[in-house]
Amino acid sequence: MWSYQKKLQYPVNIKNANPKLASFVVAQYGGPDGEMSASMRYLAQRFAMPDGPSSALLTDIGTEELAHLEIVGSVVRQLMKNASTAEIENSPAGAYFINHGKGVYAANSNGSPFNAFSFASTGDPIADLNEDLAAEQKARATYDNILRVSDDPDVNDVMKYLRQREIVHYQRFGEMLDHVQNKACERKPMFQGVTL
Amino acid sequence: MTERDALMRKIQEFAFAAYEWNLYLDTHPNDASAIEQFKKMSEACKHYTKEYEKKYGPITAEGVEDDECWSWVDEPWPWQN
Repeated sequence: MWSYQKKLQYPVNIKNANPKLASFVVAQYGGPDGEMSASMRYLAQRFAMPDGPSSALLTDIGTEELAHLEIVGSVVRQLMKNASTAEIENSPAGAYFINHGKGVYAANSNGSPFNAFSFASTGDPIADLNEDLAAEQKARATYDNILRVSDDPDVNDVMKYLRQREIVHYQRFGEMLDHVQNKACERKPMFQGVTL
Repeated sequence: MTERDALMRKIQEFAFAAYEWNLYLDTHPNDASAIEQFKKMSEACKHYTKEYEKKYGPITAEGVEDDECWSWVDEPWPWQN
Protein backbone atom coordinates (compact mmCIF):
# COMPACT_ATOMS: atom_id res chain seq x y z
CA MET A 1 0.00 0.00 0.00
CA TRP A 2 1.00 3.63 -0.07
CA SER A 3 0.67 6.54 2.31
CA TYR A 4 0.61 10.12 1.14
CA GLN A 5 3.09 12.77 2.25
CA LYS A 6 1.83 16.32 1.94
CA LYS A 7 4.95 17.63 0.20
CA LEU A 8 6.55 17.55 -3.23
CA GLN A 9 9.75 15.59 -3.79
CA TYR A 10 11.14 18.75 -5.42
CA PRO A 11 9.71 22.27 -4.99
CA VAL A 12 7.61 23.84 -7.78
CA ASN A 13 7.15 27.62 -7.74
CA ILE A 14 6.20 28.93 -11.17
CA LYS A 15 5.78 32.73 -11.21
CA ASN A 16 4.57 33.36 -14.77
CA ALA A 17 1.52 31.84 -16.46
CA ASN A 18 2.36 30.20 -19.78
CA PRO A 19 -0.43 28.04 -21.31
CA LYS A 20 1.68 27.20 -24.36
CA LEU A 21 4.40 25.71 -22.19
CA ALA A 22 1.76 23.88 -20.10
CA SER A 23 0.56 22.13 -23.27
CA PHE A 24 4.14 20.91 -23.86
CA VAL A 25 4.90 19.88 -20.28
CA VAL A 26 1.66 17.88 -20.03
CA ALA A 27 3.38 15.34 -22.33
CA GLN A 28 5.32 14.19 -19.25
CA TYR A 29 2.06 13.74 -17.34
CA GLY A 30 0.06 11.65 -19.79
CA GLY A 31 2.33 11.04 -22.78
CA PRO A 32 3.87 7.64 -23.67
CA ASP A 33 7.23 8.43 -21.99
CA GLY A 34 5.74 10.44 -19.14
CA GLU A 35 5.56 9.85 -15.42
CA MET A 36 2.15 8.13 -15.37
CA SER A 37 3.39 5.61 -17.86
CA ALA A 38 6.65 5.12 -15.94
CA SER A 39 5.03 4.63 -12.53
CA MET A 40 2.39 2.20 -13.79
CA ARG A 41 4.92 0.28 -15.90
CA TYR A 42 7.29 -0.40 -13.01
CA LEU A 43 4.57 -1.04 -10.45
CA ALA A 44 2.99 -3.59 -12.84
CA GLN A 45 6.27 -5.25 -13.87
CA ARG A 46 7.41 -5.79 -10.29
CA PHE A 47 4.87 -8.60 -9.73
CA ALA A 48 6.90 -10.82 -12.06
CA MET A 49 10.38 -9.86 -10.78
CA PRO A 50 12.42 -12.90 -9.73
CA ASP A 51 13.90 -11.90 -6.36
CA GLY A 52 14.03 -9.43 -3.48
CA PRO A 53 16.36 -6.77 -4.91
CA SER A 54 14.57 -6.56 -8.28
CA SER A 55 11.15 -6.40 -6.57
CA ALA A 56 12.49 -3.64 -4.29
CA LEU A 57 13.95 -1.56 -7.11
CA LEU A 58 10.80 -1.68 -9.25
CA THR A 59 8.66 -0.81 -6.22
CA ASP A 60 10.89 2.08 -5.17
CA ILE A 61 11.39 3.63 -8.60
CA GLY A 62 7.68 3.11 -9.41
CA THR A 63 6.84 4.98 -6.22
CA GLU A 64 9.27 7.80 -7.05
CA GLU A 65 7.62 8.14 -10.47
CA LEU A 66 4.30 8.77 -8.69
CA ALA A 67 6.03 11.66 -6.90
CA HIS A 68 7.25 12.90 -10.29
CA LEU A 69 3.71 12.68 -11.68
CA GLU A 70 2.66 14.99 -8.87
CA ILE A 71 5.51 17.39 -9.68
CA VAL A 72 4.61 17.53 -13.40
CA GLY A 73 0.91 18.01 -12.54
CA SER A 74 1.89 20.89 -10.25
CA VAL A 75 3.89 22.54 -13.05
CA VAL A 76 0.99 22.21 -15.53
CA ARG A 77 -1.51 23.60 -13.03
CA GLN A 78 0.70 26.54 -12.03
CA LEU A 79 1.40 27.42 -15.68
CA MET A 80 -2.36 27.42 -16.45
CA LYS A 81 -3.84 28.83 -13.26
CA ASN A 82 -3.27 32.56 -13.78
CA ALA A 83 -3.45 32.59 -17.58
CA SER A 84 -6.17 34.79 -19.09
CA THR A 85 -8.78 33.23 -21.38
CA ALA A 86 -7.44 35.29 -24.31
CA GLU A 87 -3.90 34.06 -23.61
CA ILE A 88 -5.10 30.45 -23.55
CA GLU A 89 -7.29 30.81 -26.62
CA ASN A 90 -4.38 32.09 -28.70
CA SER A 91 -1.98 29.38 -27.56
CA PRO A 92 -1.62 25.65 -28.36
CA ALA A 93 -3.46 25.04 -25.05
CA GLY A 94 -6.70 26.43 -26.55
CA ALA A 95 -8.07 23.04 -27.63
CA TYR A 96 -7.04 21.45 -24.29
CA PHE A 97 -8.87 24.22 -22.42
CA ILE A 98 -12.26 23.42 -24.01
CA ASN A 99 -12.36 19.91 -22.46
CA HIS A 100 -10.14 20.30 -19.42
CA GLY A 101 -10.16 23.97 -18.44
CA LYS A 102 -7.22 24.81 -16.23
CA GLY A 103 -7.25 21.31 -14.76
CA VAL A 104 -4.71 18.55 -15.25
CA TYR A 105 -5.55 15.78 -17.71
CA ALA A 106 -3.44 12.81 -18.81
CA ALA A 107 -2.78 13.53 -22.47
CA ASN A 108 0.28 13.80 -24.67
CA SER A 109 1.41 17.08 -26.28
CA ASN A 110 -0.97 16.45 -29.23
CA GLY A 111 -3.93 16.05 -26.87
CA SER A 112 -4.25 12.28 -27.32
CA PRO A 113 -5.41 10.71 -24.07
CA PHE A 114 -3.14 8.45 -22.05
CA ASN A 115 -2.73 4.98 -23.54
CA ALA A 116 -2.00 1.89 -21.41
CA PHE A 117 -0.04 0.33 -24.29
CA SER A 118 2.90 2.31 -22.92
CA PHE A 119 2.99 0.13 -19.76
CA ALA A 120 4.79 -2.68 -21.61
CA SER A 121 4.83 -5.52 -19.08
CA THR A 122 5.87 -8.92 -20.48
CA GLY A 123 6.32 -11.05 -17.34
CA ASP A 124 9.93 -11.67 -18.43
CA PRO A 125 12.36 -9.85 -16.10
CA ILE A 126 15.13 -9.47 -18.69
CA ALA A 127 12.76 -8.12 -21.35
CA ASP A 128 11.12 -5.78 -18.84
CA LEU A 129 14.40 -4.40 -17.45
CA ASN A 130 15.61 -3.71 -21.01
CA GLU A 131 12.30 -1.96 -21.65
CA ASP A 132 12.90 0.14 -18.53
CA LEU A 133 16.37 1.21 -19.67
CA ALA A 134 14.86 2.43 -22.97
CA ALA A 135 11.95 4.08 -21.15
CA GLU A 136 14.31 6.12 -18.97
CA GLN A 137 16.21 7.31 -22.05
CA LYS A 138 12.96 8.22 -23.84
CA ALA A 139 11.81 10.21 -20.81
CA ARG A 140 15.22 11.92 -20.67
CA ALA A 141 14.94 12.80 -24.39
CA THR A 142 11.45 14.27 -23.83
CA TYR A 143 12.75 16.44 -20.98
CA ASP A 144 15.57 17.54 -23.30
CA ASN A 145 12.96 18.61 -25.87
CA ILE A 146 10.99 20.55 -23.26
CA LEU A 147 14.21 22.28 -22.17
CA ARG A 148 14.90 23.18 -25.82
CA VAL A 149 11.60 25.07 -26.17
CA SER A 150 11.21 26.51 -22.65
CA ASP A 151 12.83 29.76 -21.54
CA ASP A 152 11.16 29.89 -18.11
CA PRO A 153 13.86 29.39 -15.45
CA ASP A 154 11.30 28.21 -12.83
CA VAL A 155 10.08 25.46 -15.15
CA ASN A 156 13.56 24.58 -16.40
CA ASP A 157 14.85 24.09 -12.86
CA VAL A 158 12.20 21.41 -12.29
CA MET A 159 12.68 19.82 -15.73
CA LYS A 160 16.44 19.56 -15.12
CA TYR A 161 15.81 17.80 -11.81
CA LEU A 162 13.42 15.31 -13.40
CA ARG A 163 15.80 14.76 -16.32
CA GLN A 164 18.60 13.97 -13.89
CA ARG A 165 16.42 11.38 -12.14
CA GLU A 166 15.95 9.51 -15.43
CA ILE A 167 19.73 9.16 -15.62
CA VAL A 168 19.99 7.79 -12.07
CA HIS A 169 17.16 5.32 -12.75
CA TYR A 170 18.89 4.21 -15.94
CA GLN A 171 22.02 3.49 -13.91
CA ARG A 172 20.12 1.45 -11.31
CA PHE A 173 18.14 -0.50 -13.90
CA GLY A 174 21.42 -1.33 -15.64
CA GLU A 175 22.87 -2.68 -12.40
CA MET A 176 19.70 -4.67 -11.80
CA LEU A 177 19.74 -6.18 -15.31
CA ASP A 178 23.31 -7.27 -14.65
CA HIS A 179 22.29 -8.80 -11.31
CA VAL A 180 19.31 -10.69 -12.76
CA GLN A 181 21.35 -12.01 -15.68
CA ASN A 182 24.17 -13.19 -13.41
CA LYS A 183 21.68 -14.88 -11.14
CA ALA A 184 20.09 -16.60 -14.11
CA CYS A 185 23.49 -17.99 -15.09
CA GLU A 186 24.15 -19.39 -11.62
CA ARG A 187 21.08 -21.58 -11.53
CA LYS A 188 19.30 -23.85 -13.97
CA PRO A 189 16.64 -23.96 -15.13
CA MET A 190 16.25 -20.26 -15.81
CA PHE A 191 13.02 -18.36 -15.54
CA GLN A 192 10.55 -18.18 -18.43
CA GLY A 193 7.76 -19.72 -16.44
CA VAL A 194 10.11 -21.55 -14.08
CA THR A 195 10.87 -20.15 -10.64
CA LEU A 196 14.32 -18.65 -10.47
CA MET B 1 12.35 32.28 1.05
CA THR B 2 10.04 32.12 4.09
CA GLU B 3 11.10 30.23 7.20
CA ARG B 4 8.44 27.66 6.42
CA ASP B 5 9.72 27.14 2.87
CA ALA B 6 13.30 26.89 4.15
CA LEU B 7 12.35 24.15 6.62
CA MET B 8 10.40 22.29 3.93
CA ARG B 9 13.44 22.57 1.68
CA LYS B 10 15.58 20.95 4.38
CA ILE B 11 13.09 18.07 4.66
CA GLN B 12 13.09 17.65 0.88
CA GLU B 13 16.89 17.60 0.81
CA PHE B 14 17.28 14.96 3.54
CA ALA B 15 14.38 12.87 2.21
CA PHE B 16 15.98 12.96 -1.22
CA ALA B 17 19.40 11.99 0.13
CA ALA B 18 17.88 9.09 2.10
CA TYR B 19 15.95 7.95 -0.96
CA GLU B 20 19.08 8.05 -3.15
CA TRP B 21 20.82 5.72 -0.68
CA ASN B 22 17.71 3.54 -0.67
CA LEU B 23 17.88 3.08 -4.47
CA TYR B 24 21.65 2.53 -4.34
CA LEU B 25 21.15 -0.11 -1.65
CA ASP B 26 18.57 -1.94 -3.77
CA THR B 27 21.41 -2.82 -6.13
CA HIS B 28 24.21 -2.88 -3.48
CA PRO B 29 22.45 -4.46 -0.46
CA ASN B 30 25.68 -5.43 1.34
CA ASP B 31 27.24 -1.96 1.53
CA ALA B 32 27.28 -1.25 5.27
CA SER B 33 28.58 2.31 4.92
CA ALA B 34 25.67 3.10 2.59
CA ILE B 35 23.23 1.73 5.17
CA GLU B 36 24.84 4.03 7.74
CA GLN B 37 24.40 7.01 5.39
CA PHE B 38 20.79 6.04 4.69
CA LYS B 39 20.07 5.97 8.42
CA LYS B 40 21.78 9.32 9.01
CA MET B 41 19.80 11.01 6.24
CA SER B 42 16.45 9.51 7.22
CA GLU B 43 17.02 10.41 10.89
CA ALA B 44 17.65 14.04 9.89
CA CYS B 45 14.55 13.95 7.69
CA LYS B 46 12.45 12.64 10.59
CA HIS B 47 13.86 15.30 12.91
CA TYR B 48 12.96 18.21 10.61
CA THR B 49 9.61 16.65 9.71
CA LYS B 50 8.67 16.63 13.40
CA GLU B 51 9.74 20.27 13.75
CA TYR B 52 7.76 21.25 10.65
CA GLU B 53 4.61 19.43 11.77
CA LYS B 54 4.75 21.15 15.15
CA LYS B 55 5.09 24.60 13.57
CA TYR B 56 3.11 24.43 10.35
CA GLY B 57 0.86 21.37 10.25
CA PRO B 58 0.95 17.70 9.28
CA ILE B 59 2.91 16.13 6.44
CA THR B 60 1.20 12.79 7.02
CA ALA B 61 -2.27 12.32 8.54
CA GLU B 62 -0.59 10.75 11.60
CA GLY B 63 1.21 14.06 12.08
CA VAL B 64 -1.99 15.94 13.01
CA GLU B 65 -1.25 17.53 16.40
CA ASP B 66 -4.45 19.52 16.94
CA ASP B 67 -7.13 17.63 18.95
CA GLU B 68 -9.94 20.07 18.07
CA CYS B 69 -9.52 20.63 14.37
CA TRP B 70 -8.47 18.16 11.65
CA SER B 71 -5.56 20.20 10.33
CA TRP B 72 -4.83 17.66 7.58
CA VAL B 73 -7.33 19.54 5.40
CA ASP B 74 -5.55 22.90 5.78
CA GLU B 75 -4.08 24.62 2.74
CA PRO B 76 -1.62 24.91 1.11
CA TRP B 77 -1.57 21.55 -0.64
CA PRO B 78 1.77 20.82 -2.28
CA TRP B 79 0.77 21.93 -5.81
CA GLN B 80 -0.51 25.33 -4.64
CA ASN B 81 1.86 28.28 -4.80
